[in-house]
Amino acid sequence: MADLDDLYREVIFEHSKKPRNFGKLDGANRVAGGHNPLCGDKVTVYLDVEGQGVKDVHFDGKGCAICTASASLMTQALKGKSEPDAKALIERFCTMLTGDPSAPAEDEKLGKLNALAGVRKFPVRVKCATLAWRTAEAALAGASEPIKTE
Amino acid sequence: MNERAAAALRKEHAVSGNQASSTRTPSTRENTPLDPAKLRQDFPCLKQKVHGDKRLVYLDSAATSQKPLHVIQAIDEFYRTSNANVHRGLHVLAEKATEIYECARTRVSWFINASRPSEIVWTKNATEALNLVAHSYARKHLKAGDEVVYTRMEHHSNLVPWQLLAKERGIVLRAVELNPDGTLRLEDLDRFLAGGKVKIVAVTHVSNVLGTINPVAEIAAKVHAAGAVLVVDGCQGAPHLPVDVRALSADFYAFSAHKMLGPTGLGVLYGRYELLEKMQPFLGGGEMIEEVHIDRSTYKQPPLRFEAGTPPIAQTAGMVAATEYLGKLGMARVREHEKELVAYALDRLNRVKGMKLHGPANPEIRAAVFSFELGEIHAHDIAQVLDSEGIAVRAGHHCAQPLMEWLGAASTTRASGYLYTSFDEIDALVKGLEKVRSYFGA
Repeated sequence: MADLDDLYREVIFEHSKKPRNFGKLDGANRVAGGHNPLCGDKVTVYLDVEGQGVKDVHFDGKGCAICTASASLMTQALKGKSEPDAKALIERFCTMLTGDPSAPAEDEKLGKLNALAGVRKFPVRVKCATLAWRTAEAALAGASEPIKTE
Repeated sequence: MNERAAAALRKEHAVSGNQASSTRTPSTRENTPLDPAKLRQDFPCLKQKVHGDKRLVYLDSAATSQKPLHVIQAIDEFYRTSNANVHRGLHVLAEKATEIYECARTRVSWFINASRPSEIVWTKNATEALNLVAHSYARKHLKAGDEVVYTRMEHHSNLVPWQLLAKERGIVLRAVELNPDGTLRLEDLDRFLAGGKVKIVAVTHVSNVLGTINPVAEIAAKVHAAGAVLVVDGCQGAPHLPVDVRALSADFYAFSAHKMLGPTGLGVLYGRYELLEKMQPFLGGGEMIEEVHIDRSTYKQPPLRFEAGTPPIAQTAGMVAATEYLGKLGMARVREHEKELVAYALDRLNRVKGMKLHGPANPEIRAAVFSFELGEIHAHDIAQVLDSEGIAVRAGHHCAQPLMEWLGAASTTRASGYLYTSFDEIDALVKGLEKVRSYFGA
């Protein structure tokens, strides 16, 4: 089987225990909720988007280690990006996890986010890793309905 | 049952040394405990190693049980020797298949002590069986303002069909809440029944999350005194407890073959014949009709009225083998083993640091289902690490979200045992949980 340590890499432990940018964001102007009905995980992503792009990102909610770490890493990665760049990064990240399994797992352009590349070997956990990202995507698009990954 | 099938069954019963009757009469080994290590040899799936060299510790029987070779071979044998569609053919294979299908009905009626085989309706699973009651009984007999009572601990399959009906027909739903120990608050039921509008009470025999064994006979007495009908979800009951539907006074009792050593794709609805007779069809189509005219049809008597289309046939052969296997062991012994397993597991699990174990502490009213939380570690992370040790458990809401809400947990980890589960597998689970704790630095 795929090695457990490949799923739970050091960076993931670290971010799941001390999530960055956790909690409601005052001044957020785009907010979306995400829910994984299968495991009950819920996240809310708060974005402060201004003319030049994503000024700040926060998240809160409750999820497994993969879900929480992925959300935490995401807030760091999206902060400061232009809207098109943020959308492109979301797509690139989700493609790494759900794309062609024969393609190389890691994507050098994703840098630190490659810590989550091991998740693709655990198909059941992919939705844990993508929940916050799909929620951010919905927030960027101005969605008001909670999104679901299942 | 057709006459030929009935005759075949009588003949089989007379000449086979009454193997089938072991499902009715306790074996002479009634008091000897089960030997799970020995029984496991009958289950090919349990003999394998996983993740390289890890012994498989299967603790997910509440989701589905493993199958003994006896069941696997019965299905194989059916397809090799008897495969045909049932009831309509005039050829030799059609007769064989019909015999098997109808004899299986009889066997299952014995297994739960129904009054007659025609009280057994085949469905595709227990969910369909419960939906059948909601559609064919309740939709016909209930009107706006009538009440249906269910409980906080029901599986979604015993909640959603009633919610659909309520929305459509203006029926009022009432939920029995729980005591802190995970038993039903029966005074809620008393209060609802006293209102005089309750027509149906739907309750699970055994909770698939808490393991609580509900006092069905006691509930039935209350329900019947109020003139209502009792629908029992027996998914976690029939596989684990001796079930006598007449002693329980259940009006309907639904269960699945696959949770009791049988194949997937087959469910059972037991219904009191007087009620089945008064029910409208469920699905329309072949098999369930008497006459079809261009503008109208007439329907067969129960149970065939509710079995439209080609049913699961090979599965009924597998179900016979499953009831034979269980009958040979004796359900009282199965229960006794699981009760001991409960006592052992509660003691061992409660000693794990950070353990929050849900459900009753008394093994007398508890089945071998253990849902728990471990510190702040998420259920999915727990299950993942246990899996790496070859330990199969379930994580999530277990199709019981209202119960999760009551527990205040988004999800729990659930380990569940069966007749082949041994004490040392509980030890393996405890050891696995220690690894989980150290892995996540808890």
